[in-house]
Amino acid sequence: MAVAGADPDERVGAPRWSDRLVVRPEIGSLLGALLVFVFFSVVTEQFLSVGGVATWLDDASTLGIVAVAVALLMIGGEFDLSAGVLTASTALVTAILATRLGWNVWLALAVSLAFALAVGALNGWLVVRTGLPSFIVTLGTFLALQGLNLGITRLVTGTVQVSGMRSTAGYESAGFLFASTFSLGGTSFYVSIVWWVLFTAVASTLLMRTRFGNWIFAVGGAAATSRAVGVPVVRTKVLLFMTTAGAAWLVGSINILRFTSVQANQGIGLEFQFIIAAVIGGCLLTGGFGSAVGAAIGALIFGMARQGIVYANWDSDWFQLFLGVMLLAAVLVNNALRRRAERVRR
Amino acid sequence: MTSPEGARTLLEVKDIGKTYGSVIALRDVSTVVRAGEVTCVLGDNGAGKSTLIKILAGVHQHDRGSLLSEGREIRFSSPREALDHGIATVYQDLAVVPLMSVWRNFFLGSEPTVGFGPFRFLDRRKGRSVTREALAGMGIDLRDVEQPVGTLSGGERQCVAIARAVHFGAKVLILDEPTAALGVKQAGVVLKYVARARDRGLGVVLITHNPHHAYPVGDRFLLLKRGRALGCHRKADISLAELTRQMAGGAELEAPAHELRGDAG
Repeated sequence: MAVAGADPDERVGAPRWSDRLVVRPEIGSLLGALLVFVFFSVVTEQFLSVGGVATWLDDASTLGIVAVAVALLMIGGEFDLSAGVLTASTALVTAILATRLGWNVWLALAVSLAFALAVGALNGWLVVRTGLPSFIVTLGTFLALQGLNLGITRLVTGTVQVSGMRSTAGYESAGFLFASTFSLGGTSFYVSIVWWVLFTAVASTLLMRTRFGNWIFAVGGAAATSRAVGVPVVRTKVLLFMTTAGAAWLVGSINILRFTSVQANQGIGLEFQFIIAAVIGGCLLTGGFGSAVGAAIGALIFGMARQGIVYANWDSDWFQLFLGVMLLAAVLVNNALRRRAERVRR
Repeated sequence: MTSPEGARTLLEVKDIGKTYGSVIALRDVSTVVRAGEVTCVLGDNGAGKSTLIKILAGVHQHDRGSLLSEGREIRFSSPREALDHGIATVYQDLAVVPLMSVWRNFFLGSEPTVGFGPFRFLDRRKGRSVTREALAGMGIDLRDVEQPVGTLSGGERQCVAIARAVHFGAKVLILDEPTAALGVKQAGVVLKYVARARDRGLGVVLITHNPHHAYPVGDRFLLLKRGRALGCHRKADISLAELTRQMAGGAELEAPAHELRGDAG
């Protein structure tokens, strides 16, 4: 009865398409995105215009870059509450080095990347060494960074913002890479959309097609089991925290080069938006299950709803209600999916 | 059933001891694991079974006596090191990652890849086909290796973990209470795969508190009680009834048995 080779077992037959689909974690978010897209396309006129599309894609892109990284981290079984405020910290480091010390922007960007990776490594190291919940550890980092952002900015500039990036050396070339626009059908799209798509593609390939991706699922699904079969649990988790910090740096760099100034209190509250996008995209809060593409779609839902509400001339307060309903629906769907996946057959 | 005395000794434990602070968990325990034989470790809760296998698996280190792998004295500092010496352990509730597919579980930690450098990707086709072949080779017949392991029954999950250890060239297979949470039929299935691993020349260490599971497959029985060895018997030297009697606490249980009969009568 040994059926070897790549041929499918004949008893499987054609698996019902509904059974195949339901094990895809991103399926719920895809349906949600479709619903939001159709809804705002019908109730507003601008939403489906090229300019409208460019706007909500841009809104989704900077959220999506970090949300995808946070999704990998959540699949690996951990949280990061410091990712939102880190987007401001990295922008501040870049801006202070470039405008106050007169460094070349590229050098400033390299130093702020190193800073971000160090923060990520510290988060990861603290979590795996102490065994404390990452929720608490990164809440600490979140508060510490928030304080540092304000304190250092005020010390250096006397105000709570750093501006003047436009006149720094290397601004043109760095700005081209991170904050330029490209024209498509007569409308300009921000390059951040390209970064978002690229980042999602790389993250999804990493997750589904590489050894490291296999380890991410394993350490989030059952860390002790993974360790017992030789998966480097500590390394995997620390690298995931560093990836999240790296994504926050990318978004921080996009922001500072686009707006040429940064507020010290920026980024607060974003951490929950990242987590919400990842959960809408199918990530379980308990780890071991989820999708990078799903998180990108979760961010897309965010962008579409946020801009759609503006186009519909509604009060933006309704966005919070929408968010809450969306999150609850996503958690319920995810829970049902996991039960299905874990169902023990006798 | 018993293999010749000349079978290769894979692992030998000599007067081994382990203390946790002031608690003596294990003291003066000796046994051997030979290729193609099943060494059963029997004992009640708290007898020291877990401590013994954790030393063998590299989770803990012994602080007295010696551990010999193929005649050379060793001391494992991590489970990875024990694995590198060909000692694989299947834990009762830690055997698999439930939400991952069967083949991803099978290859976890030893994934096949194609390509080079940063473009090394999982060889999913090979992963699936090798998993199906390896499971079939152990007589495990699965419909779909893409299904999450969580959808398998408890016995099937243990079997996947056993097949994995056999496939990746384990010389010694340690099974921690593989039948504890299973029904009668499922336990029988798992024991069948234990016997199959033994027939392939592996040395098996089977931890259990059920002599009825141990006796049919075991060649050597190490009885532990309160951290000490009650005895280490070859199968020829002990009957199932005697094994059960010693396991159950021997004379200690006879008194309550009398009382129970007295109450009933």
